Amino acid sequence: MSSGFHKEHLIGALGLALLSYGTWMALFVVPPMSHFQEVGRIFFLHVPTAWNSLLVLTGAFVIAIGALINRKRGWDAALEATVEVGVLYTALLLIQGTIWARPTFNTWWTWDPRLLTAAILLVAFAGVLSLRSFAEGRDRRLVWTAAATIVAYVDVPIVYFIVKWLPRGIHQPHSFPSTVSPDYHIALRCNAFALLFIAIWLIARRTRLTLLRDAGTAMAPAAEQGADGSAMLAGVDG
Amino acid sequence: MNPVLRQGLAVLSKDMLLDLRGRSRISAVLFFAVMTLLLFSFAAEPDPESMRRHAAGYLWLALLLSSILALGESFRSEVEDEALEGLRLLPVDPRALFYGKALSNTLFLLVLAVVLLPLALGLYAVEVRGSMTHLAGFIVLGSAGLAAPGSLYAAMTSRARGQDVLLPLLLFPLVVPVLIACVKGTGLCFSGDAMGQSSSLLSVVGAFDLVYWSVCGLLFGRVIDE
Repeated sequence: MSSGFHKEHLIGALGLALLSYGTWMALFVVPPMSHFQEVGRIFFLHVPTAWNSLLVLTGAFVIAIGALINRKRGWDAALEATVEVGVLYTALLLIQGTIWARPTFNTWWTWDPRLLTAAILLVAFAGVLSLRSFAEGRDRRLVWTAAATIVAYVDVPIVYFIVKWLPRGIHQPHSFPSTVSPDYHIALRCNAFALLFIAIWLIARRTRLTLLRDAGTAMAPAAEQGADGSAMLAGVDG
Repeated sequence: MNPVLRQGLAVLSKDMLLDLRGRSRISAVLFFAVMTLLLFSFAAEPDPESMRRHAAGYLWLALLLSSILALGESFRSEVEDEALEGLRLLPVDPRALFYGKALSNTLFLLVLAVVLLPLALGLYAVEVRGSMTHLAGFIVLGSAGLAAPGSLYAAMTSRARGQDVLLPLLLFPLVVPVLIACVKGTGLCFSGDAMGQSSSLLSVVGAFDLVYWSVCGLLFGRVIDE
């Protein structure tokens, strides 16, 4: 049932290849940044991670609305996977930011709107996953995850707006292709698409895994009666 | 009268009656809040100037921490003996249930704030030098901002395992905008608002309230109906 080649691996392979090329460009080809020296090359991973974490969480918001409307099992599995990948990317974003900030600005953390927004986003969506793990029953899990995802996502712009009132931090302005040197475009774009493809790959894998596990659980009572029941369950769990 | 409004008011009056007759929730939460205010003064240096500067923050943190207890309690009574199931069986619009609950929680937090405010003013030796109307605005809109998402989340977490951990975990990150705006705004009301910033902060809390009172009202029906 779970054997064979799945199409999402192609996207994953493309993502990994692009990430390798983008990282090679960022490390060895592009000229060093004048202000940040060599450590500034983390920029080529940090900025695409920031774009993609927001993109993935936006995807989760859209899937949450869809899941609430049609209540299909596949949507629920996709929603869980998307929120998980969103949390992963946001955590990576914060870790990369501290790695960059420590040697450059001599601090791990600053009270900047974007840092605070990212940190709150991470905690808010991690809370959604906790809620999910505590909810009992399939329908309840679907509805609660979707509702909490929508509520958490709607908060993002308000958090960003309000934390701007805090004293200004050291984070530089937003980076877009139009605001960075043309030398950096290829590496930046490569990594951005790479992380997007890897996110799609991870989400597809996770969704498939959840659906397979569910299928295994649903089959369990019938399978126990059948001759090959234990083998089938073992295959799904493994 | 609009049936949703009438039903919402019925839910509100039911909750208020429970609070007035029982009084255990309000007194327990009140003592907890007062204790929190005292604890802040132990945690910080007993320096009058620093206490005065942070008074607004302490007041709102005490309210936020107490709101978790109040919100959790407000749905515990609905979960016991399947009272919520009973309410759902009645021909009541789920929006009426939500707005009734959220309003009763707002009123509860307002009562708490009205008791805590003079206490904080006395304990931390602060005066209200800015606008009283704006201060009242922050307290009303801030309480409403905690109550609306809090009521939605409490409706979920009260029926989940690990409810005591889940409610603050979900609510605290969400209400960061309310907390920041209310702390800053209340601080300006205490110290005098020379730059006239408090009205724009007030509108941020108002915008948050508008968004969450509508979004949570829409989602509540689905959340309790699954």
